[in-house]
Amino acid sequence: MAKISVNRKQYEVDADPGTLMLWVLRDEIGLTGTKFGCGIAQCGSCTIHVDGEAKRSCVTPLSSVLGKEITTIEGLSNDLTHPLQKAWIDGDVAQCGYCQSGQIMAAATLLKNNKKPTDADIDQAMAGIICRCGTYNRIKDAIKQAAINGGK
Amino acid sequence: MTSKNDLDRRSFLKASIIAGGAAVFGFSLPVGLRAAERLGVTLEPVADFQPNAFIKIAKDGRVTVVVGQAEMGQGVFTSLPQIVADELEVDWANVSYESAPANKAFINPAMGMQGTGGSSSVKGLFAPLRKSAATVREMLVAAAAQGWNVAPETCKAESGKVIHAASGRSAAYGDLLDAAAKVAPPANPKLKDPKDFKYIGKAVKRLDSPEKVNGKAIYGIDVKVPGMLTATILRSPVIGGKVKTVDDAAAKAVKGVTSVISLEYGVAVVAENFSAARKGRSALKVTWDEGAMASVSSESIYTAFASAADKDKGLVAKKTGDVADGKAKAAKTVEAIYWTPFVAHATMEPMTFTADVRKDGAEVWGGVQAQMLVQQTVAATAGVPVDKVKVNTTLLGGGFGRRFEMDYVIDATLLSKAVGKPVKVIWTREDDMQNDVYRPATYNKMSAGIDASGKPIFWHHRVVNDAIMARAGKAFGFILKDDQLDDSSFEGAHNLPYAFPNFQCDWVRKDTGVPVGFWRSVGSSHTAFSTECFLDEVAFAAGKDPVAFRLAMLDKHPRHAAVVKLAAEKAGWGKPAEAGIFRGIAVHESFGSYVAQVAEVSVAKDGKVRVHRVVCAVDCGQVVNPDTVAAQMEGGIVYGLTAALYGEITIKDGRVQQRNFTDQKVLRMNEMPKVEVYIVPSTENHGGVGEPGTPPIAPAVVNAIFAATGKRVRSLPIKTAELAAKA
Ligand code: FES
Ligand code: FES
Repeated sequence: MAKISVNRKQYEVDADPGTLMLWVLRDEIGLTGTKFGCGIAQCGSCTIHVDGEAKRSCVTPLSSVLGKEITTIEGLSNDLTHPLQKAWIDGDVAQCGYCQSGQIMAAATLLKNNKKPTDADIDQAMAGIICRCGTYNRIKDAIKQAAINGGK
Repeated sequence: MTSKNDLDRRSFLKASIIAGGAAVFGFSLPVGLRAAERLGVTLEPVADFQPNAFIKIAKDGRVTVVVGQAEMGQGVFTSLPQIVADELEVDWANVSYESAPANKAFINPAMGMQGTGGSSSVKGLFAPLRKSAATVREMLVAAAAQGWNVAPETCKAESGKVIHAASGRSAAYGDLLDAAAKVAPPANPKLKDPKDFKYIGKAVKRLDSPEKVNGKAIYGIDVKVPGMLTATILRSPVIGGKVKTVDDAAAKAVKGVTSVISLEYGVAVVAENFSAARKGRSALKVTWDEGAMASVSSESIYTAFASAADKDKGLVAKKTGDVADGKAKAAKTVEAIYWTPFVAHATMEPMTFTADVRKDGAEVWGGVQAQMLVQQTVAATAGVPVDKVKVNTTLLGGGFGRRFEMDYVIDATLLSKAVGKPVKVIWTREDDMQNDVYRPATYNKMSAGIDASGKPIFWHHRVVNDAIMARAGKAFGFILKDDQLDDSSFEGAHNLPYAFPNFQCDWVRKDTGVPVGFWRSVGSSHTAFSTECFLDEVAFAAGKDPVAFRLAMLDKHPRHAAVVKLAAEKAGWGKPAEAGIFRGIAVHESFGSYVAQVAEVSVAKDGKVRVHRVVCAVDCGQVVNPDTVAAQMEGGIVYGLTAALYGEITIKDGRVQQRNFTDQKVLRMNEMPKVEVYIVPSTENHGGVGEPGTPPIAPAVVNAIFAATGKRVRSLPIKTAELAAKA
């Protein structure tokens, strides 16, 4: 049994230490907001925060997060009040929406470390997260909007 | 998402079946209690008033629009409710959606089945939804008027209320439900005057955004059913290969693996969770009967296509005048070969589906584009009656035509049947990339000529590729005959809008054995490239400006001409661009919408292409939601640009070479151009918007590359090495 903390809640999971966090979250804990897109750290759909930093859960083993705080899209806010969620809704960003958990989690780390990101900063931070629906420009606008509204 | 829908417990189905099972969209009425009494059926009391398949009104006045179309990002969970809200006269804040089951009531009239594709949702459902909503509105008004003992004409509906202004009375819809249910539905309700539209034509916010930003949205991969197992399938590395021998001892020994099932086309590892299934799969030892495709490669296909273009007669898709005659009279002739490779869909969510097959029926869950085909396929595969299959459509993590296919549906159905439990099948990205139904590779032999005065005199286009319908049609019960045209393979080429007095488009069908399918904008996705690039070559040969040359030949096609003019004007065509930036234009009609795009492109010394800005003009007829139109143009451009820059599936020894986003790159944020979308105001019939943004981008970019470098790119994807400046 491994003890982990996800969205400020404690869980005991019965999985091998090598089990990848994406599947621990989805299959063991039942948090399905974190998505599977490639499994090899190429698409960013599976982005979560480990101690506040963006990590690709599809290549992050359970053993590496013990004693750390994990945040998933479900833990970003419980009432859609995170500045990024508001900006996303306001800008009608999502199309199919499948990539958006990863986009928002990556953007949250960006804004935590950079209060006023430039276009180039955003490009650099977000180039790892693929959106096949092509919502990139709206994502960029929404990040800027959230930055203005005090995104963190 | 709010998709659980117990329609079969609701009254309207029983009533409609007794009424003769009319397959009329939405109006499988009569319902309502009185109607039911007339029919002699006893209806279960229902909490909500659901006068027809599309609309439910709760006592608190909330309106739920039941959407039979699949939401794959294109916005049907917003645009279709928008139509209902307007005609029903309810406030947008009180409107929500739910996903409908597979049922005849939800047949999309534009497709003749319950299906989402061909950019047809608004086109097909605008009129039926308006009529449904207007009917309900009139029933509510009639109910209120009766209660007040006034004439219905003296009442009006507004913001979820019926108002009798003369007496200052009003009643909320939620309080009128019982009375309205006793009103006979009017046969010809009066529709609103379009000038009174409140929501139609406005950029109202998407209804599905909240669940897509908090992790609550449920896609196929998120489905959880009690007792469910998870499976992954090892498939033949060679297209069409079959399982020969299986050693599954090591796989079965993996903790959590519950069984290994041999299917004809692959070996499935079924387990308690995905991690165990995947571990088990990598422990499998399987040999394959590789079959006929083992000797096929991209090169052999290209060679066969090239030879067919020269030697096979093919079928004439369209002919006017006589191209031989035109050629004889031409002062200048241009000839070229254009090539587009196989391209994968690569939806963000790989294929995934869940089935629970029992002896007497089945229930299935997943993101699908054709619910009724799914229902039939599951029934046939599981050996249960069609009406005992319940299809739950989840959100789709991208569709683009891929989720019209039944392969992943069959996977889950076979496995659930085999193990006697609900099974979710998850494809890995590699499975998805290597077992797609690809956009057909296409070889285009093109020639055209201008007369001595520089006027276009002939155009001859020979399209060589696979027939999509030869395979895909079977699911619809359609068999493509040898002498039959399949316009999904050449649409956009045979209906070229330009006025060439001598014109011919031939289609040479060449079955490659590589599975091909519907890929966002289908035939147009590649014919726009070949035709609009080659047209640029003809314009250049004539010494004409690409915009002026096009406009001169579009006299009979004012909608094409209008978008060309609008895009050119907004892009500043004819005025100098920034230093190092060059423009190209393309226009294409597909699915009833006309789209022109101007791409602004720079080409670096090393040949790297950068698209800086795309100006897009679209005429899609009447618009329901202009922001949805803009979003679909943006998305369509990214999809087409990705294919133009990177999209290529290659085959070697019958094996697909690409596996994941490492060797099949896709456009990322740092490469994203600015996109401006301009909508031509129009009262014409609705065109589609999900697909028409895709076709023009590749030719617009390639034409800009010519402006930048003087080099013609005639083969996709664009090869930067060939564009590098010679040292
Ligand atoms: S699933 Fe983790 S990066 Fe793609
Ligand atoms: S919204 Fe569909 S992949 Fe990004």
